Amino acid sequence: MRGSADVQISRVDWLVVVIYFALVFIGWFNIYAAVYDSQAPQSMFDMSINSGQQLVRIGISVVLIILIMVADYRFFENLSLYIYLVFILILIATPFIGKEVNGQVLSIGVGSLRIQPGEFAKLATALALAKVMERPSFDLTKTKDQLTAFGVLILPVFLILLQPDTGTAMVYFSMFLMFYREGFPQRYYILGIGFIALSLLSLGIENNLYLAIGIVLIMLILILMGKKTWQRIVAFSLIGIGMIAYSYSIDFVVSKLPEHQQNRIMVLFNPNLDPLGVGWNVTQSKIAIGSGGLLGKGYLEGTQTKFDFVPEQHTDFIFCTLGEEFGWVGSLVVIGLFVTLLVRLVVMAERQKTRFARIYGYCVISILLFHFMINIAMTIGLFPVVGIPLPFFSYGGSSLWAFTVLLFIFVKLDSSRSQQLGRIY
Amino acid sequence: MKDQRPVVIILLILGVGLVLLTKLFSIQVMDDSFMKRAERNAIQRVVDHPYRGLVYDRNGKLLVYNNPIFDLMVVPKEFNVQDTARFLELFDISKEHLIENYNAARKYSWVKPSPLIKQISTTEFAKMQDYLIDYPGLFIMTRSVRSYPEPIASHALGYIGEISARQLERDSVNYYSQGDYVGLSGLERYYEDDLRGVKGVKYKMVNVRGIDKGPFKDGEYDTASVAGRNLTSTLDRELQLYGEFLMQGKTGSVVAIEPKSGEILAMISAPYYNPNELTGSEFGKTYTRLNKDPQKPLFNRPIMAMYPPGSIFKIVQSLIGLQDGILFPETTFACNKSLVACHNHPSPVNLFGAIRNSCNPYYHQAFRKMINREVSSNTFKDTEIGLDDWRGKVMKFGLGGRLGIDIVGEKGGDVPSSQLYDRFYGEGRWKYSTIYSLSIGQGELQVTPLQMANLAAIFANKGYYYTPHLIKAVDGDPSQIPAEYRVKNEVGVDAHHFDMVQDAMAEALYGTATRAIIQDLVIAGKTGTAQNPHGEDHSVFVAFAPKDDPKIAIAVYVENAGWGGRAAASTASLMIEKYIKGEITRPALQEYVLAGNFIY
Repeated sequence: MRGSADVQISRVDWLVVVIYFALVFIGWFNIYAAVYDSQAPQSMFDMSINSGQQLVRIGISVVLIILIMVADYRFFENLSLYIYLVFILILIATPFIGKEVNGQVLSIGVGSLRIQPGEFAKLATALALAKVMERPSFDLTKTKDQLTAFGVLILPVFLILLQPDTGTAMVYFSMFLMFYREGFPQRYYILGIGFIALSLLSLGIENNLYLAIGIVLIMLILILMGKKTWQRIVAFSLIGIGMIAYSYSIDFVVSKLPEHQQNRIMVLFNPNLDPLGVGWNVTQSKIAIGSGGLLGKGYLEGTQTKFDFVPEQHTDFIFCTLGEEFGWVGSLVVIGLFVTLLVRLVVMAERQKTRFARIYGYCVISILLFHFMINIAMTIGLFPVVGIPLPFFSYGGSSLWAFTVLLFIFVKLDSSRSQQLGRIY
Repeated sequence: MKDQRPVVIILLILGVGLVLLTKLFSIQVMDDSFMKRAERNAIQRVVDHPYRGLVYDRNGKLLVYNNPIFDLMVVPKEFNVQDTARFLELFDISKEHLIENYNAARKYSWVKPSPLIKQISTTEFAKMQDYLIDYPGLFIMTRSVRSYPEPIASHALGYIGEISARQLERDSVNYYSQGDYVGLSGLERYYEDDLRGVKGVKYKMVNVRGIDKGPFKDGEYDTASVAGRNLTSTLDRELQLYGEFLMQGKTGSVVAIEPKSGEILAMISAPYYNPNELTGSEFGKTYTRLNKDPQKPLFNRPIMAMYPPGSIFKIVQSLIGLQDGILFPETTFACNKSLVACHNHPSPVNLFGAIRNSCNPYYHQAFRKMINREVSSNTFKDTEIGLDDWRGKVMKFGLGGRLGIDIVGEKGGDVPSSQLYDRFYGEGRWKYSTIYSLSIGQGELQVTPLQMANLAAIFANKGYYYTPHLIKAVDGDPSQIPAEYRVKNEVGVDAHHFDMVQDAMAEALYGTATRAIIQDLVIAGKTGTAQNPHGEDHSVFVAFAPKDDPKIAIAVYVENAGWGGRAAASTASLMIEKYIKGEITRPALQEYVLAGNFIY
């Protein structure tokens, strides 16, 4: 195999590898803690419990890493569109051949060997976007190119929403971080952030009248500050009226959402709304993390996560176990690792010689950052409960493998960068 | 412009990390309310109720023990029954009952256990155990209730019940909490502090469904409960059992005392109730029923009922007269029936004869000599001085005030003082002729059966008594009993004066209570008849035996049973025989007593 010649161990970014394994093993220890039962302690390696199964998955991940590292770096670029197409087809097929759990069809496979195509589709989409946008003439300020990129992005989102898996679908929009790097006009981001801020304010402020008064005041100030032309006055007035209309209509829009999503949003603003019902997850999650204190209760000493007060504690709420047993210092270490990893990935992406590798690198950054941010934010009540895992940490084969492959393809591309022709402009 | 963008992205990443860490710092380090909420969530403080002390009889036979009872608990969230008909049959519960209890449980909590079927017996429990695993959300909780191997001595032993709000308020050391069981009467109440033990506290971890997940911090903060102390009662189980057997269907009291120690061998209050019915969930129902019963089975007659002592009091009169040198064995009075009624017997009689024949006119005349000693020329004043002096002497016999038995609710009876008659008639407006009924134990005199039994003990002991009590040992140690029960009380009459009295009492049986005579066992006894304005007189008998080495002193009251020589004397005689010989040799007499047909 030609690829094996490409392996240049010295060029591998070891910092990323070390952080990856640190996170994976801290996660594994926490998965054991989450299922640990002091009355019937089982070995961490016991295959009948989650931690034992997770260890096998970690082993498989290592095999995947080796396979990626020995493969030819061109392999991923050349096959990226095919991989994308294969996963689109799998996503189309999933509702028909997959297994339904709680009204969602997320996984396919046979017996206990199941994978969630939605997790891998992120990777495929990242490769496809990198491939599509690689062309030197590709310009995100041009409408045609914008539509091309959005098309690649929207197709899997649409299919995943059919499963339906809102959380995973949301992850795809994190690609706008990569689009930002690649020159998508800044004004859209300002508009987007403004839109989100207005939405949150409308939902968060009980009486929209105050918000409306605020908007009118801001618009008046903006009009008074600039040139007082008719056009500007009309424009700002229309924007202000639009914003007020929006703020009033969002309550109505939210009321049309499915009830569980509505509740998740409302609980964010008022966790005491229904502490035993919808607020339960967030309340219990905050209690678990909050009770950890500065140094935590000690490994395997957590009571909240261990005794099922926190639901989904080994998957989406795995951070609770860490927060409870290792306290703020533990949180600091893990968040520190994630932040270091992400910053390092930015540095690595910026040193790529090909646009493909850089775009792919930013895709990795976008996906990891989104997962990391949203997952932890929801456990501490900063964001509505969205069922997305904490990368490398959460229990589950598909997500671990998908994140591993996602990350290590980039590590591979980075380690091969000296062999690549500089195609960057 | 484009070159700034990676920097913006790095700042964004750092910003996200900073926001998360700040929020985490605020809930983990700054705000300790989560820690408390976590404890409330998962740490449960469980009071470990100590095993209440047991009660044994004087021979080490069990009187009161703790019986484990089982409640079938349900966790509504987990409860699921497919075949209701089979469930109803297996658990022996009606559909209405099941629905009612299940709804109550659901109302209480969806995830916490509540009782579905209360008080399952051991046998039912054994039967159920096999089926339990088929029904999720059901489990058995064990508690213990007081139980009695023989349903006897209910009044002496007393009962326990849930602590009242008022008792809780008075509990200055905060030992008790709502729902605790506490001794409400009898020994259970008097020795509550010994019996209750010391509560322990366990800190348990529970999961979200309230299921026990083991001790918190390996039990570092737990304290063990200390079992209550066992009591040894002075009661003789066999004698008590036999006494209740004899008293069935009657109203009255039997009190038997060991004279040389004051230990109560048997204390029967009839009608009685089955103490096993006054426990656990039955308590409320039974208590209401007993409380409404016109026969007043909850009324503890031996210490609460008061009657005039009647003829038996003549012995006390004799002893005081002898001690004061007013009466002598050879003092004779004529049986002058114009003074007070009497039955036919030879006349005149000396003191011995007066006791033996229970001669009323003798005591009418003797008492006048004891009261009117011409200390004052004013006959009214003289009577007043004499009465109060006499009263002091009578009270030394344990009359006219509470003896101090270890049961709450004892009545003291009454020995009238001059103030009482002053209030009745006015000062200086009453004299001996007003109060002469006291001479034969009538009038304003009031005595409880316990005091009567104590009198018998005094006669047996020749002049002293130990306060009658029901406690023999605490945790097997006799020195742990209250000190007052080891104090010898002298009655102030020299022992030699009792010799003649004892002889006369032994003789009296042949005159007034022939049924009480036992071959080769000398009983000294005295009949009495307590006048009852509401119906037939009460039959009274006091006795001790054997005369030369008294082992038992006894007082028997049978209400509305007429003459003392029949119901009371027969009962007392059978009790004495049972205690001393351990067997009954006179089945006919037993039949006579059981038949209860004393008036003819």
